[in-house]
Amino acid sequence: MLPPAALERAINRTVREQWGRILASLVKSVGDLQLAEDSLQDAVVSAMSHWQTNGLPDSPAAWLLTAARRKAIDRLRRDRSFASRQDEIAYLAELENQAHNDEADVIPDKRLEMIFTCCHPALAEKTRVALTLRTLGGLTTEEIAHAFLDKPDAMAQRLVRAKRKISLAGIPYKIPDAEVLPERIASVLSVIYLIFNEGYAATAGDRLTRTDLIEEAIRLARIVRQLMPDDTEVGGLLALMLLHDARRIARTGKHGELVPLEKQNRARWDKAKIAEGAAILEQVLPRQRPGPYQLQAAISALHAQSPSWQATDWPQIEALYQLLYAIQPSPVIRINQAVVVSYARSPETALAMLDEAASGGSLDAYQPYFAARADVLARAGRTQEAKQCLATAIDLSDNTLEKTFLSDKAASL
Amino acid sequence: MQYMLLIYTAEGSGPQPGTDEFGPFMKGYVDFTERVKQEGKFVAGDALQPVVTATTVAVRSGKTDTMDGPFAETKEQLGGYYLLDCEDLDDAVKYAAMIPSAEHGRIEVRPVMVWDD
Repeated sequence: MLPPAALERAINRTVREQWGRILASLVKSVGDLQLAEDSLQDAVVSAMSHWQTNGLPDSPAAWLLTAARRKAIDRLRRDRSFASRQDEIAYLAELENQAHNDEADVIPDKRLEMIFTCCHPALAEKTRVALTLRTLGGLTTEEIAHAFLDKPDAMAQRLVRAKRKISLAGIPYKIPDAEVLPERIASVLSVIYLIFNEGYAATAGDRLTRTDLIEEAIRLARIVRQLMPDDTEVGGLLALMLLHDARRIARTGKHGELVPLEKQNRARWDKAKIAEGAAILEQVLPRQRPGPYQLQAAISALHAQSPSWQATDWPQIEALYQLLYAIQPSPVIRINQAVVVSYARSPETALAMLDEAASGGSLDAYQPYFAARADVLARAGRTQEAKQCLATAIDLSDNTLEKTFLSDKAASL
Repeated sequence: MQYMLLIYTAEGSGPQPGTDEFGPFMKGYVDFTERVKQEGKFVAGDALQPVVTATTVAVRSGKTDTMDGPFAETKEQLGGYYLLDCEDLDDAVKYAAMIPSAEHGRIEVRPVMVWDD
C-alpha cells in the first residue's frame, strides 16, 4: 500500500501527462466531449481509492481509460434518453470486453483530432485557448482561470458553453479536409502561440503560472509536431518558442526589471534549448516552404547564435524581415524591420520607414511604435525627440515593468 | 445533421437586376441549388421577397399586434435560406461559402434542433 502523499503524486502525474491522450481516445468512443470529461473525472476519483488498496496498476493510463469507459456506460444508462443510446452503450461494452495488453492498442492517439476540434474557428479565440489547455493540457478549470485572471465560475461557464456548442453545432472530431487544412493548422498554431505569449509577455498573474503556460505551449507544439512531422510551420513554431524561451532567465534583471537583448548576459541563455531550436530549423528550412513562424524562428536563431550584440548578423536579419513582411505585411513587423534597418544600414533610413508606417495614423496609440522610434532617434543623436517619444510610450503602456524600463531609458539619455 | 443556412444581405448590395453582373450571379444560385440537390444535401431552400413586404406579428395579453416592417431594423436582412443535410459543421460551412451572396453578405449557419422521442 502506497503512502497517501506518494499515491496522490503518482495519480496527479499520470493524470497530467496522460489526460489529453486518454480524453481524446475516450471522446472518439463516446462521441461527446462533456460526457468523456465527466467520465474521466469519475475514473480519476475511483483511482484514488482503488490504487490506495491495490497499489498502482501496470499501466495507470490504460486503467483510467477502461474505468472511464465503464463510468460513461453508467452515465449513459442513467440518462433519460437511455433507449435512444443503446447503440453507444453496446459499442462501449464491446470495447470494454476486448482483451488489451499493449497500451498503444488500448489508447489510440486521437489528440490531433481533438486539438482541431478545440481550435475550431467556430469557437471564440479565448475559448479555443481555454479548451485546449483543459482537454489537451489537462490543466484544471481553476488553473486556467488563474492564468487568465478570470473567476473560476466564469471560466467553467465558458468551457461548458463551448462543449455544448461542439456537440449541438456538430463541430467534427476529425482531421480537416485537405482544402481547409492549411487554415485550420494555422488556427491550431495560433492558439499554441497565444498560450506561449500569455506566459511570456507577463501581462498579469504570478510567475509560477506563467512558466507553466510557456512549458505547456512547448509541450503542445511537440505533440503536434510528432503527429504532423511534415508541416514546416509546426516545426517553425516549436523552434521559435524554444529559441525565445532560451532567453527567459536573461531577460529579467535582479529586481525583476526587463533587460533588452542588447544588454543580456548571453552566458545565461539556455544552450540546450537554442541547440534544439536550431536543429529543428535545419530540418524544416531546406524544405523551402517558409512561413511566418519559420522566419521569426530563423531571426531568433541568428540572435541566439551570435556570440555578442556587436557580432549580430544584421544584413541577414534584414533579409529575413523582408521575406517576413512580404508574407505578413503588418505594422508590427514593419516596426521591427525598421529597428533592424537602423543597425543594418542607418538610423535615418529606419526613421523614414517608421514615418511611412505611421502615416496612416493607425499607430497613434501603439506603444511599441513610440518605444522603437525613441530608440532609433536616440541613436541618430536626436535626444530631445527621443525623450518625447519615450514619454508618449510610457503614457501608452499599462505594464509596470515596461513603464520602469522606458523611464530608465529616458533618464539615461 | 440538418443545418439552416440563413442568407443575410444589405438590400441594394451585390449585383442588381439590369446590370451585367446580375445574370452570372443568379446563375450561381441555380448552379449551387443544382449541386446541393445532386450531392443529396438539399432539403429546402427559398428566396424571400424584399423586406418592405415584411409584417411582424406579436400576441400580447391575448391581443394580436400586427406591425409593418421586419422585427428588427438592421442593415443586413434575411433574404433567403437553404436547409441542408450535412455531415457536420465543416461540411455545412463548406456549402455556406459556396452561396453566391456570401461574397457580399453573410451566411449564418444554425443546426436544426433534434427532439428526443
